[in-house]
Amino acid sequence: MAGLFGKNRPKGIAVRRSKKRTGAGLPYLGFACLALFFFAVVFADLISPYSPYIGDLAKTAIPPFWQSGGSLAHPLGTDLLGRDVLSRLIHGSRISFLISVGCIAFYGTIGVILGLISGFFGGRTDMLIMRFTDFWMSLPGIIVLFVLASVYGPSAKTLILTFGIMGWPNYARIVRGECLGLKERDFVRLARVAGCSNLRIIFSHILPNIINTIIIITTIDVGTIIVLTATMSFLGLGTQPPSCDWGLMLAEGRQYITYAWWLVTFPGIAIVIAVLGFNLTGDWIRETFDPKQKLR
Amino acid sequence: MTDEKTPSTKEVLLEVKGLRASLFTKKGEVRAVDGVDFSIAAGEVVGLVGESGSGKSMTSLSIMRLLPQPAGKIVGGTILFKGEDLLCKSESEMHRIRGNRISMVLQDPMVSLNQLLTIGYQIGEPIKYHKRRNGSLREMCVEILRKVKVPSPETRVDNYPFEFSGGMCQRAIIGMGIANAPDLLIADEPTTALDVTIQAQILNLMREIQKEFNTSIVLISHDLACIAQVCSKVMVMYAGKIVEKAPVRLFYQKPAHPYSIGLLNSVPVLGKRDKRLYSIEGQPPNLLNPPPGCRFAPRCDRAEKICQTDYPPTTTLADGHEVSCWLYAGGKP
Repeated sequence: MAGLFGKNRPKGIAVRRSKKRTGAGLPYLGFACLALFFFAVVFADLISPYSPYIGDLAKTAIPPFWQSGGSLAHPLGTDLLGRDVLSRLIHGSRISFLISVGCIAFYGTIGVILGLISGFFGGRTDMLIMRFTDFWMSLPGIIVLFVLASVYGPSAKTLILTFGIMGWPNYARIVRGECLGLKERDFVRLARVAGCSNLRIIFSHILPNIINTIIIITTIDVGTIIVLTATMSFLGLGTQPPSCDWGLMLAEGRQYITYAWWLVTFPGIAIVIAVLGFNLTGDWIRETFDPKQKLR
Repeated sequence: MTDEKTPSTKEVLLEVKGLRASLFTKKGEVRAVDGVDFSIAAGEVVGLVGESGSGKSMTSLSIMRLLPQPAGKIVGGTILFKGEDLLCKSESEMHRIRGNRISMVLQDPMVSLNQLLTIGYQIGEPIKYHKRRNGSLREMCVEILRKVKVPSPETRVDNYPFEFSGGMCQRAIIGMGIANAPDLLIADEPTTALDVTIQAQILNLMREIQKEFNTSIVLISHDLACIAQVCSKVMVMYAGKIVEKAPVRLFYQKPAHPYSIGLLNSVPVLGKRDKRLYSIEGQPPNLLNPPPGCRFAPRCDRAEKICQTDYPPTTTLADGHEVSCWLYAGGKP
């Protein structure tokens, strides 16, 4: 191929190549953040030096090791109850992970199924489901959370439940849109000619074709949910003490920000790392696997 | 089921009478198929020609009962398949017929296959749903691929459509179509998206399949050369109606309807460059609001007064040669 154009290779080709190289490069930063996050999630018990819940009241409010008074025994310091901040951060990753996965599994399933039904069958079914979705989208999530938290008590479960019942309309709409386009394609018609039932067409012909969209929204949503969870815990509507949720740690540390800055800073950094990891990776997945973007 | 089929050519397999199908759009009713009659004998290959929008595909989709939803609706007529009216069948009965007794090949092979499933899976689908399995499904798929002449079918069966060329995809789709040895195969412009050498191969393949399974084939095309090559009968459709039906020889020797004559004149002849290629003036009529008389009258250079007001009756010119045109209607009113 190299000799095909010789030295006078048309410019367009070179341009397209260089574009591709920068666009589809690996998101090293995103991967690194994600790797750190998942490492913490998986090996929390092994790598955290102390228990996240039991503190040593003799060693309260120790600063990080590089400040005077800090020691490498508690690299990121301790809080006012003498609990190791690093250990709490490591265990906190599990809560973030569980809540985001729980939420997405919950509302992703509802959203995808409703979207598929709505898009595939169309007509009156579609109208009903979509109007219901619009109605649901108009509900303010935070008020719903207040209500649920006051009924069931604020906890991780309530959080999952609330995000779960509030998050599906987004999925339903996107999946419906994709489904509308796909169901008119020739291969769906041929599948029908082959004798596939509606269910079979939906699950073995249409669903695999929208999986990549679903993966993309999911990765990006994980970041959003981690932030939301932290927000809710910060407001006192999420997980309760002594849980080591990052948002809760922020909330607890806020009052002492003037003389124990590390209590708010490190949980904040942890949130940034996790969200950045998911968003960068999500963007990269979209760029790489979305066939519509490839030609650009 | 296969041994029931006797190679008698007289037996009528499909009889369509007065079929009318419409698309109900926001602007009104589009009469895409407006009173179509024809019949197909077992083992016969029939060509259906006409320009884009003349209702060819709508006719075939009506037979499959797969008109685009929710706009498309069959308004009238009967479709007798082996003596049973397909329009009276329930959806579940149609499931049993589609892909089993009647199947279909569509125009563009690259979009007719699901890009995410293997060729083998997709060929296996019609077999799986109609439970005509003897031996392993995979083996049957390999056998079908061999029949449609895909090279090294044992390894190709696990490939994905993007690993196939256009011609091979079309072979695989034909394979899907014939997986259950159907009685009727509707091929909706099977060669349009392929280049000429592949077209010939695909047409030969269809002819072989027709001989082997005694399958009747409806070949929809706007390529008159490809019709001439494989069909025994030609039907010309114009604006939702069949204007001429003729045995293939007769059609090319003595086309009767002015539209058919126009069509045949617009085929480029290799090596002849002395004058501009003939084309029929004007556009096909808007089917939202078709002309009251003969649909072709506004474009016809032999149109008379009556052509504008009344639709011509069908006249039989010779055995199997029918035309709907006032030029041939003996007792002109």
